[in-house]
Formats: sequence, C-alpha cells, structure tokens
Amino acid sequence: MDLFLNQLFNGVSLASLYLLASLGLALSFGLMRVINMAHGEMLMLGGYLAWATLSVVPGPAGILVAIPVAFAGAAAMGGVIQVGLVRRLSARPLDTLLATWGVSLILQQAARDLFGAVGVEVRAPAWLDGGLTLGGIVLPSTRLFIIAVAIVVLAALTLVLLKTRIGLLVRAVNQDRMMASATGIDVGRVDLTVFCLGSGIAGAAGVMLALLGPVTPSVGQAYIIPAFLVVVMGGLGSVTGTTVAAAVLGVFAALAQMFVDVSVSQMLLLIFVVLFIQIRPQGVVAARTRQLDA
Amino acid sequence: MIRSKILLLAASSLTLALGACSGEGGGAGATSGDTVAVGVLQSLTGTMAISEITVKNAEMLAIEEINAAGGVMGKTINALVEDGASDPSTFAQKASKLIESDEVATVFGGWTSASRKAMLPVFERTKNLLWYPVQFEGNECSPNIMYSGAQPNQQALPALKWAMEQGHKSYFLIGSDYVYPRTANLILKKHIEKAGLQVLGESYVPLGGTDFSGVIARIRQAKPAIIINTLNGDSNVAFFKQMAAAGLGSKTIPVMSFSIGEQEAQAMGTQLVEGSYAAWNYFQSLPGDANAKFIAAYRAKFGADAAITDPMVHGYLDVYAWKAAVEKAKSFDPEAVRKAAVTLGAFQTPMGMVSFAPNQSLSQKAYVGRLKADGQFEIVQDSGADIAPEPYDALAFPGKTCTL
Repeated sequence: MDLFLNQLFNGVSLASLYLLASLGLALSFGLMRVINMAHGEMLMLGGYLAWATLSVVPGPAGILVAIPVAFAGAAAMGGVIQVGLVRRLSARPLDTLLATWGVSLILQQAARDLFGAVGVEVRAPAWLDGGLTLGGIVLPSTRLFIIAVAIVVLAALTLVLLKTRIGLLVRAVNQDRMMASATGIDVGRVDLTVFCLGSGIAGAAGVMLALLGPVTPSVGQAYIIPAFLVVVMGGLGSVTGTTVAAAVLGVFAALAQMFVDVSVSQMLLLIFVVLFIQIRPQGVVAARTRQLDA
Repeated sequence: MIRSKILLLAASSLTLALGACSGEGGGAGATSGDTVAVGVLQSLTGTMAISEITVKNAEMLAIEEINAAGGVMGKTINALVEDGASDPSTFAQKASKLIESDEVATVFGGWTSASRKAMLPVFERTKNLLWYPVQFEGNECSPNIMYSGAQPNQQALPALKWAMEQGHKSYFLIGSDYVYPRTANLILKKHIEKAGLQVLGESYVPLGGTDFSGVIARIRQAKPAIIINTLNGDSNVAFFKQMAAAGLGSKTIPVMSFSIGEQEAQAMGTQLVEGSYAAWNYFQSLPGDANAKFIAAYRAKFGADAAITDPMVHGYLDVYAWKAAVEKAKSFDPEAVRKAAVTLGAFQTPMGMVSFAPNQSLSQKAYVGRLKADGQFEIVQDSGADIAPEPYDALAFPGKTCTL
C-alpha cells in the first residue's frame, strides 16, 4: 500500500514534468500546426541557464532566480527559431519538422562545444533537501517543488489565455486563423508570442530537470517522447486536454514501474496512448474549431 | 578556359594522390614507412562521455610517452581518435572504418559491453585486435579481444564477498538496462542465493535514463541491507541525487557501485556519493612509485585536479602491453601480437605488476574502497594476491570454458 501511495505521488510529480515539457508543444501545435522537434533543446537550455544562474547567484534564492532566467532565455531562443525558420516554412509542415530537427541537432552540438560533453551539475539549495514523511509515504521536497511550479505555471498560463487581451487574440486565432486575420489581428505576432511562451515554459521545465539529474546536451531527449505522447493524447492545442493527459500518463508510468522496469514502462506508455487514440481519436479534449476544413 | 585547366589539374593530381594511397594500402598499409597507425575509439559525446573521455586521455598519454621514448620497433605511433558517441552501432562503424580504411594495427577502446558486443564481429571478421579496458560481465571469450578490465570474479564477486563479510543479508540490484548489468546481476544472484541470502529486488533503467522515482519507491519498500549498483554513465548522478532527496543517503542504505570511480565521483559532486562503496582493481589512492609517476604525468598534461580511475589505468597499460607484445613478436600482425601478449609475463603498471593469462584476460588484484569527502577512496578490502581471470562463472554458466 505504501508503495502504491509513494508511486501515486511520484506519478503526480512525473506528470508535472510531462506537463511543463508538453505545454509549449501543445500550444504551438494547436495554433500553428507546427511540430517543433527542437522543443527538447529548450529544456536543455533551461537546465544550462539554471546552472549559469546558480554560479552567478549562489545561495538559497538562486533556484528561484533561475526559473525566470531560464524562461526568458528559452523564450528568446524560441523567438529566434520562430522568426528565423518556422515562420518561413509555415506552409510546409513536413519541412518544419525536418528543419526544427536540424536545429535540435545544432543546439545539442553547440551545448557540447560550449559546456563539454560530460554535463554540468546543479545542486538543489539546502531548503529543498529532505521532505515530508506521512506514515510510510515520503514526499521529497524537490518533487513537491516541481509540482508547485507546475501548478503556478498552469495557473498563470490559464489566466493569460482567459483574462488578457493577448489571450483573447490567441483563442481567436486558435479557433479560426483566417477569420481572425480578416478582422485585423496580427496573426504573425500571435504565433510568435505563443511560440516564445511555449519555449519559455520548456525552459522552466529544464530547471526542474536539473534538480533531478545531470544537465547534459541530450537531457531534453528523454522527455520529448512522453511530451509528444501527452500532446497526442491531450487533443490538439487544448491546455485542459494536455493537463489531463499529462496527469494520466505520469501516474500510469509511475504505477507501471511498481511492476516492470523503466524501459518496459515507457513501452507500455506508448501502447496505452496508441490504444487510447483508437478509442478516442480526437484526444481527451477535442479542439473546437469553426473551420470547415479542419 | 583557364578555369577548366585548373580543374583538370586538380582532378588529375587528386587521382594521382588517391592512386598513391591505394597503392600504399595494398600491403602493410598504415604500418609502412616510419609510423604505425593505431585506433583509439571511446565515446567523446553522449551519456558515456563522462567516463570515457578520460580513458581516451590516458591511452593518448601512453602513446605520447612511447613516441617520446622512440616508438615501437623504431616506428612512431600515429593515433587515430574516433568518437563512438555512446552508441553501439557507431562503435561498430568506427571500428570497421579504423581497421578497413585507416588500416590500423590495433584498436584501444570501448566501455559498455553493448559497444564491445557490437564491435566484436568487426574484429573477428577482420582478424584485428581490440584492447578493452573496462570491467565487464564475462561470459565472452574471443581471440580478437584482449580483456584487461576485470572479469566478474575480479570485481563483482570480491565485492559481494566483502558485503557478506560485513554481515549484509539482503540485497537490491539496480542497473542500466543492457547486457553488463543484467549479466553481472545474474551472476550475483546465483552467488547470493547459494550463500542462503536474499535478493529483495532488481530494477533496470534505460542507459542514460534519469527517472528513478519508481526504483527508489521499490527500494524503500524492500528495505535492503545494501544496494548493488551497476548503473553506467550519468544515470548515476540522477540516481544518487534522487536517493539523497528521498532521504536515503549512504548512511541509511550503503551502495556498492561497479562503475563509479574517482572521476565520476568528482564530476557528480563528492558530497552526493560520499560514504558509498566501489569495487575496482585500481584506486588512485594506491601506494607505489609507478602509480605516483602515472598520476603526476597525467596531471601535468590534463590538469592538476584531474581524477584518475581504474579504466584509465587499464587503457594506459593496454598501450604498453601492446608495445611489449609487438616487440616480443617482432611483428605488428594481430595474431602474432596476441600470442606474444599472453606470454609476456608480469610487467610493471600503475596498479602494480600484472600479467595476461592464456585466456587473454588480466590477472589482477581486487579492492573495495569507501569514498571519502576529498573524492578519494579509502581501501577497506584488498584481495592480497592476484586473482586469475575466469570469463565464465561456474554457477551462472556451468560447463562453459574459454579456450583460445
């Protein structure tokens, strides 16, 4: 029973990571139908920015400074990719896929050249050592922190989308790109904003990964496949769907690990999503659209 | 018109150059003239880079020292360094490139058993020789590999013997999900069961994997007396980090690692792994002039705070053993060299006097060390005498023997 409850908790923390890693993908795919293969490298960038921030700002507050820094850095990098590449290829989704994959390889190699192949170490601050113990259940502080960050990010994103003018524009473009454009909305700017926002969230996720393991040039690769699965299962471009899918897959992966090895649990995850899509092809939440050709 | 003439000139000179190369490559190839080419093949990128770059450095150091002292049979060694990229199929491709197009006399390299297994058919097909510097799971015996790293009876079993002597009755085995951890753990399980002790659990994570939440929950549930860790590469960082975060530091449950040396401990931050145990055939803290000389030479070249590990020393001694065998055989031919290598007798290395056994593995001592705060291991167990290598564990692989 303790094992089950521990894994349930681990599942929620894993789900938080999946959510942070996949929100950006879901947003940009929902809005632009762009599959950004370099999204994992935004996680990696966030990890290295956390490391850089902590070497400049040591001490207990370093990790809190690192989150906005990683967000801003990854958002800026996302902006460069969007303006320099994705926008120019927007009419050709397959080309975007290949081009962003190329960007992903270039960024990995750049990280290797800059920081070395071995990876750098981010030490969690002392206030994240230890954790809560409830009976036989242990809740490590780092994982509680990750869950808290995911909740804050999700709440902030929801607020932005529902309560701000830019959110209104995003929703408008998401529902009907051509009609939104016809009413005078600068669709290109909305695309750029969403791409930056999504990349920034991935950057913040990179800081969380740095708390759990080493930051290496390939650190994003381990999370990009689950992130894609979350997006597929969640339904295109829906924040609610992405959240539900991340929660289901995170808990599923963690519970599966009670019985099988991690590698097998990843395979089960894939099978689970394939079966789910057979039953519900539109995902957890179907994208509402007024486009006839959607 | 002038441009086309230049082009023609360039093309013809290129053809000539190619012709000259292939002409040279027809026979003795890269060993003709006054140089001899050898391959150095380690992962310089990817999850294994944390461990393998320093092995490459040690192999290069030996090559430079030998060149400075006059080379091998009057020839300067020309080292061709290739990156296996932590990927077995890349290792196989690069091995094939080194042997078939660069025509190297021999190759030094490899770390994971997956990379060695991928290279093995290349070396057997081309009848070349690989010098493999890392401890492994045994259950393999090829005439085309010189296994200088520990066989299971020279690392895993001495470590288990130590753990049993400490009174540990229950074991939890974790490892990366590939051939070495699974085979090493199979051997350990047989021996633990034979001793009437318990294996409480066994868990594998993909090579390079960083999610240990499930593994740690299972460890917490099982409450083992000791954890045997055969994780490879930087998964170790994630494992120790998450163990510490879960309140399961080395004071709560000791961890015995087979793939963490001084360099890995340094790279992941000593405070994370302080107090945990490792089993190797060499520790930087070993006494002896040869060791002190090697450490000084390495540090002079690669930095005053560079850590020295067991696989680095094996990589280093492999190059010297190859040189000695070539000079004994008076030939660069891999077949002659491997026959000479097993009849060399004892030779001096940073880890003391060692020799190759007839099964092409090294006879060597085994140690268990406990990691101190300064990143060095305090030796807590010493096998004393050299242990003869046994590629096939009698319990796990009954009836199999290695005859070359």
